[in-house]
Amino acid sequence: MAIRDKLSGNEAVAVAMRQINPDVVAAFPITPSTEVPQYFSSYVADGLVDTEFVAVESEHSAMSACIGAQAAGGRAMTATSSAGLALMWEMLYIAASSRLPMVMSLVTRALSGPINIHNDHSDAMGCRDSGWIQLFGENNQEAYDNFIMALRVGEHKDVQLPVLNCYDGFITSHSVENMELLEDNLVKDFVGEYKPQHYMLNSKQQIAVGPLDLPPHYFEHKRLQAEAMRNAKNVILEVSAEFEKMTGRKYGLFEEYRMEDAEIAMVILGSTAGTAKYVIDELREKGVKAGLIKIRVFRPFPAEELAAALSHCKAIAIMDKADGFNAKGGALFNEIRSAMYDGDARPAIVNYIYGLGGRDVRTNDLEKVYDALAEIVATGVVGDPYRYVGVIDANDVAVQAEAAAARE
Amino acid sequence: MSSMKDKCIIEGYTPWQETTPGGVVTSTGNAHYYKTGGWRAEKPIWLKDKCKQCLLCWPTCPDSSIPVEDKKRVDFDFDHCKGCGVCAAVCPFAAIDMVPEGK
Repeated sequence: MAIRDKLSGNEAVAVAMRQINPDVVAAFPITPSTEVPQYFSSYVADGLVDTEFVAVESEHSAMSACIGAQAAGGRAMTATSSAGLALMWEMLYIAASSRLPMVMSLVTRALSGPINIHNDHSDAMGCRDSGWIQLFGENNQEAYDNFIMALRVGEHKDVQLPVLNCYDGFITSHSVENMELLEDNLVKDFVGEYKPQHYMLNSKQQIAVGPLDLPPHYFEHKRLQAEAMRNAKNVILEVSAEFEKMTGRKYGLFEEYRMEDAEIAMVILGSTAGTAKYVIDELREKGVKAGLIKIRVFRPFPAEELAAALSHCKAIAIMDKADGFNAKGGALFNEIRSAMYDGDARPAIVNYIYGLGGRDVRTNDLEKVYDALAEIVATGVVGDPYRYVGVIDANDVAVQAEAAAARE
Repeated sequence: MSSMKDKCIIEGYTPWQETTPGGVVTSTGNAHYYKTGGWRAEKPIWLKDKCKQCLLCWPTCPDSSIPVEDKKRVDFDFDHCKGCGVCAAVCPFAAIDMVPEGK
């Protein structure tokens, strides 16, 4: 029987780590991920795990220590946010290209500057091509479940890639929710033992990891790495199906909410999906055929599946919680629009940048987006697809009024 | 190149399907098979008559290119010596000359 409990997202992830009992956790604190290693270090101090906890002097060192531990043949884990992830940058690529399947929770937060500790997806989007698998959870349950599944996905022989367990800073990490934990023995059985093909503490086979890789070799290693990311999609589905048998909780590449007959739809990553579901239910009451796709697996990018799921829509809003700074829109927008090119369907697609630096995303913000989509369907006019919702704009009288009320 | 196969070396331009994940090298001691002598711009000349066999040059060589036999150094391993000149710099007896390569 599952265990009902009330936990924050960070607590839930720390519990998952305790249940997995990894060999090494190396971490450096940064808000809002700090609590994950904090809670975990208390499990170490209390003797509830066998883990070697390495208190390092920076995130670059945290990732380096995890790389060393994983290369040695152990299971390594860590957690970070924002600037901490940015400081790991060099080592993120080394973990992925050395094919070391560690798991890291990325408690998403804005990147400086100006300095901001609150949630958006700038950090996660910045490392999107570093070679890590990226799973996004909407709430505490998903952060916990994804973390447990992440090990099995990353360690699969056809994958051998590190996995980022992304969930929203503060909104998910610090909010306490009712959720279901698995029994310790079920988690232990599910993740099993880590049995790498090659590892440095193997006395029967001496190996070298991360060698100098000159032009006669490097390209082939990158091609093999790219294949691993392609393989990951099916492995994620297999592991998720096995997880569903154990828990009854179904996970796919993305969740479709009221999409069967949706004419207008949003695509969202993370916690805002919960707000969108509430808005959709209200719009449906009024007869508006609104739907939502919440992406769970961002890397590998489920391009064909998303294109198929969106093909029957008339207008789509891609919601990016990180600006693109390419003057053409956010990363999710550009990837989904690109994915649609391979199909025959040509729904109108617009991009909304939202919620930067912890700006609240309210139901009326999302209603505005659905209203704009309905307008596009009615008029057939798309206009500039690169848009913002929730920013205070001198040319937007209604938003100015809301801002004035907020200042009161 | 065929001699490398006995050391589990993946040869250059091997198809990606057949290489190792992450470029893991699955055996040790392979540097011997990679000849770096061609990188040399300057060549060390061992002046045997001046050499006192103090062996100070031997541990300073970054490429293990000063072979030792019966506790005495012998001539350079020019397949691997990159001509860095560290040995010449540390020799207390000026028993190693550096000369331009190819002359």
